[in-house]
Amino acid sequence: MRAGAALVASALGRSGPARVGAGLLFFFVLVALVGPLLVADPTEMLARPLLPPGADHWFGTTGQGQDVLAQTVVGTRMSLFVGLATGLLVTALGALVGVTAGYFGGRVDDALSLLVNVFLVLPGLPLAIVLAAWLPPGPLSIVAVLTLTGWAWTARVLRAQTLSLRHKDFVAAAVVSGEGHARIMLREILPNMTSLWVSCAVGTATYAIGASVGLEFLGLGDVSRVTWGTNLYWATNDAALLTGSWWTFVPTGLCLALVGFGLTLLNYGLDELTNPRLGVDRAWRRALKAAGRTPGDSTPYLPPAEGGR
Amino acid sequence: MAFALRRLVFYLVAAWFAITLNFAIPRMMPGDPATTIFARFQGRLAPEALDALKASFGLTDAPLLTQYGTYLGHLFTGDLGLSVAYFPSPVSEVIGTGLGWTLLLAGTAVCFSFALGTLLGVLAAWRRGGRLDAILPPILSFLGAFPYFWLAMAALWLFGYTLGWFPVRHAYGSDLEPGWDLTFLVDVVRHGLLPASTIVLVTLGGWMLSMRNTMLGVLGGESILYARARGLAPRTIMWRYAARNALLPSVTSFGMALGFVLGGSLLTEIVFAYPGQGYLLLQAVRTQDYPLMQGIFLAITLAVLAANWIVDVVTMMLDPRIR
Repeated sequence: MRAGAALVASALGRSGPARVGAGLLFFFVLVALVGPLLVADPTEMLARPLLPPGADHWFGTTGQGQDVLAQTVVGTRMSLFVGLATGLLVTALGALVGVTAGYFGGRVDDALSLLVNVFLVLPGLPLAIVLAAWLPPGPLSIVAVLTLTGWAWTARVLRAQTLSLRHKDFVAAAVVSGEGHARIMLREILPNMTSLWVSCAVGTATYAIGASVGLEFLGLGDVSRVTWGTNLYWATNDAALLTGSWWTFVPTGLCLALVGFGLTLLNYGLDELTNPRLGVDRAWRRALKAAGRTPGDSTPYLPPAEGGR
Repeated sequence: MAFALRRLVFYLVAAWFAITLNFAIPRMMPGDPATTIFARFQGRLAPEALDALKASFGLTDAPLLTQYGTYLGHLFTGDLGLSVAYFPSPVSEVIGTGLGWTLLLAGTAVCFSFALGTLLGVLAAWRRGGRLDAILPPILSFLGAFPYFWLAMAALWLFGYTLGWFPVRHAYGSDLEPGWDLTFLVDVVRHGLLPASTIVLVTLGGWMLSMRNTMLGVLGGESILYARARGLAPRTIMWRYAARNALLPSVTSFGMALGFVLGGSLLTEIVFAYPGQGYLLLQAVRTQDYPLMQGIFLAITLAVLAANWIVDVVTMMLDPRIR
């Protein structure tokens, strides 16, 4: 497991986009941790409603006279929490189902694959909405709902990879040496696809942050709590568009996009690890440049044997 | 043909699963649904509405299996109960008013985004490191990181309210009578353009990147090397050999993306007050109209399953290996 993690970390360090993404995420984690201590109370009415951005309130005020900057900063905490928690839970559930299906094969695989495929074709958001409407509103309900509707893709990806690892020699060696099924799955198979499940977790976190904001925007969250979703919910409720008060929804949306973009960039770096051809292509260009030639439109043919590293 | 049938059976199983889920969700939740609903509607609903609600959920004292049988029976006759928000209209009727608009908006946007994104992906992969490949992916990934409805809000504020280029709500002008005449159709297009564009903008990057990356894989393959060795024109290699082979994974994921995009477009509809399922869903959530909410879930799910089957059949026709 440690070797896999080191490989992922070094791949991320090498990739430019991944570094930018990590930087963005680091900034928002900092905002989530420290920010709420530095800003005003986001729920208190501090000034006249719908003040445009100015010296006193950098991002303006909401329809209820609350400080938009404070709301944006405090909202970061809950959105990042929902993203992280859902990402972890989905990956755990997806790995459990996917690796089990791929490892055991046969009837187990048939049954689990059917379940995975059914959950894949069911539209996630409508199902999440129906589930969230029945549960008591709050972040934990949202995490539960998004986990239940979002695990199938991870399970499918990990199952496919498990299938291809299942018949490798090192797995056979582990079987022969008498290791238990659970141990083989946890210690042999999972560490050998670290980049894949980390990339799934990052993708899920991206999806979860967006979807949780969507649910809360609909009014299915706890509307008395300050999150990015409820910020947007209150912005529409206070007719932000009609009154032209763009500052009530623009900061939250931009932060959301920056976090999502950061996560996507992080995944670029992981993609190059999972799909070596993407990285090889860049190495080829660098080699051409070093030789003083300009790469043309033509496609270099890269034999798979060299393509690996 | 066997393949199409096998897929049909799968989607029927999925549909049965969704239908059963729809039955189970209210009954699995903490507390019993009747009390939940009644508590929320304290004094706001006429007694007959409450009775209708109770009946529409089949919330009787009968054993679960009997309740399930009654539920299935009602479902097959198209009886999804009565809507609370639009009482006393039946849920099926309320949903019927919005389904067409949703399919029109989301369907057009998805198809357009798929076609354009795939095209851009082919071009970007062909000229890797070129201008298109350097500029578009980061911009589109950034746009793709916005929630659909937020981009819709921003576009509506900018182009609808501030610049006044587009109508700001509904699917057609209130002074028009729906019909198949030119003025009406032009008006529908005018109203649909902005919401559809925001959906396209958010989804474009995904299609472009997946096509680009698959195409890179295909371009490195031996069939392309052989085509090159035969001296085929680059244009022929690009379209007839590389793009055609790289298209398949994109088509396969098209079906799955449908459900995803449809979910996002529901929220876009809400922003534009577009009279589709999303708008109905908002009413249902606001008024805690559970029968309507669940009816919408079922309708959307069945539509997505049907679309997926069609995509499968198209894939089958594109890919001789499956046939």
